Amino acid sequence: MREEIQVYRFSIAATVGLPLAALFLQSWIPLRLGFFSIFDLPLLVVIFFAVARRDPATGLLTGCAIGLLQDALTAQPVGLYGISKTVVGYAASSLGVRIDVENPITRGLMTVAFYLLQRLVYMAVANGMAAQDIAWRWGHDIGASLANGALAVVVFAMLDTFKQRS
Amino acid sequence: MENFFTRYRNATVLAVVLFLQIFALAVQVKRPEDPRHPEAGSVRLIRVWVVTVITPFEKALVSSSHWVRNLWASYVDLRGVAQENREKNAEIERLKLSQAQLSEEARQARRLQVLLDFKQQSALETVAARVIGTGGSEQSRLLYLDKGSNDGIRPDMPVITPDGVVGKTREVYAGTTQVLVINDANSGLGAALEVSRLQGILRGTPAGDTVLLYVMKDEKVSPGDRLVTSGGDRVFPKGLPVGTVIEVKPGSDLFYSIRVKPAANLGRLEEVLVVTRAPHPQTDEGQAPMRASDIINSHLPNYSPKPKEEQPASNRSTPGAAPAPAGDPTPPLPQGDPR
Repeated sequence: MREEIQVYRFSIAATVGLPLAALFLQSWIPLRLGFFSIFDLPLLVVIFFAVARRDPATGLLTGCAIGLLQDALTAQPVGLYGISKTVVGYAASSLGVRIDVENPITRGLMTVAFYLLQRLVYMAVANGMAAQDIAWRWGHDIGASLANGALAVVVFAMLDTFKQRS
Repeated sequence: MENFFTRYRNATVLAVVLFLQIFALAVQVKRPEDPRHPEAGSVRLIRVWVVTVITPFEKALVSSSHWVRNLWASYVDLRGVAQENREKNAEIERLKLSQAQLSEEARQARRLQVLLDFKQQSALETVAARVIGTGGSEQSRLLYLDKGSNDGIRPDMPVITPDGVVGKTREVYAGTTQVLVINDANSGLGAALEVSRLQGILRGTPAGDTVLLYVMKDEKVSPGDRLVTSGGDRVFPKGLPVGTVIEVKPGSDLFYSIRVKPAANLGRLEEVLVVTRAPHPQTDEGQAPMRASDIINSHLPNYSPKPKEEQPASNRSTPGAAPAPAGDPTPPLPQGDPR
């Protein structure tokens, strides 16, 4: 017998506030801790919302919105993070329907994979459409994905408090 | 038909959202660039909205951070004082608290004094600003300042510290300014080796390093050589410290691959100066602005510059490109930042 999958929803305050808080922290913390720019808090929020809601359309729209807002803070053309986070939002919510994403190890591994997926899509779009010269750096990118995976375990546990059963 | 969209709802939404973003991205990339207005319409609107929402919190946080630091210092000292309270009298306690507060204020005052000294000694007109945020991405090395157009800041103004060049202003909003840091991959400035006066273009890399480009392999460049701004880009005044050469390698073409350590500590900036007015670089009257390709060609033996009348204005790659400073044997650099 198939186990019933729990779908969550969020208050409007959490839906709006969490992405803005992630963007704010992502912009502010690297001023004090330079290494923090390897983390991608908006990505973690996209993954968290996507797997909790488990609706691919909502997940990709959330990813699109957060990605575009993140683009707006950079010097790059608006749309690079938008496109890559749209793909991640869609993939994460599709995955959320199929597997248990409440387990910390699953959450960490899932984030590692989605970080790399985002990086690949970002690189492809930036190099292909925006004439950027972004190279794949194995050591750095794998390291950053693992770091984001570790952070995700902690952040997701904190964000769980905002979940509401639908 | 209804069944089709119901069945493939998610895939359809994905395709539509991706298409719209790719289309919008293509429009942005395709649009001709105006250095003064790199973006227009809806894209700028999105940036204005986001900056308007995010930066007030950053300003508030940075402004209150000194208060928080004082509070923390006081807290730490209070804990220490509580332990030593049996041995020490009330006057010493008060003095210690004052000392903790004063030391933080003194640290800040020292930083600001260095900035003020530089400002007073320099011929440049500057506006001091606090760094309140970053672009938050490894792909884009930006800073946000707590001053904007209301304070006289405009796009393409140099941003410096007493140690050296930081970057230049990009988008300027009423109370906030975006700074493109010299180690951003889209950044670029005209630089020259301080002693040999060899000129090149300093660019950032996606990894956040800074490299000096277009220095021919037959020139002599060594680690430790210092770089200053050449003034040829018409953004940065001539002679500001840029950095130090840390590695020289032969590149794949005619030029060296030179890695540079920036003079300013780009990872730890709290206050900076925005140069609102600089003395105009000396120019040779009658010499036409040069294109980037002319600069590169000028390193080649068979190069002969075009006469002024042959160069239509529409062909100029950068409207602000400068003629060579008087007496400077090397040609000027184009504006380094194509944005």
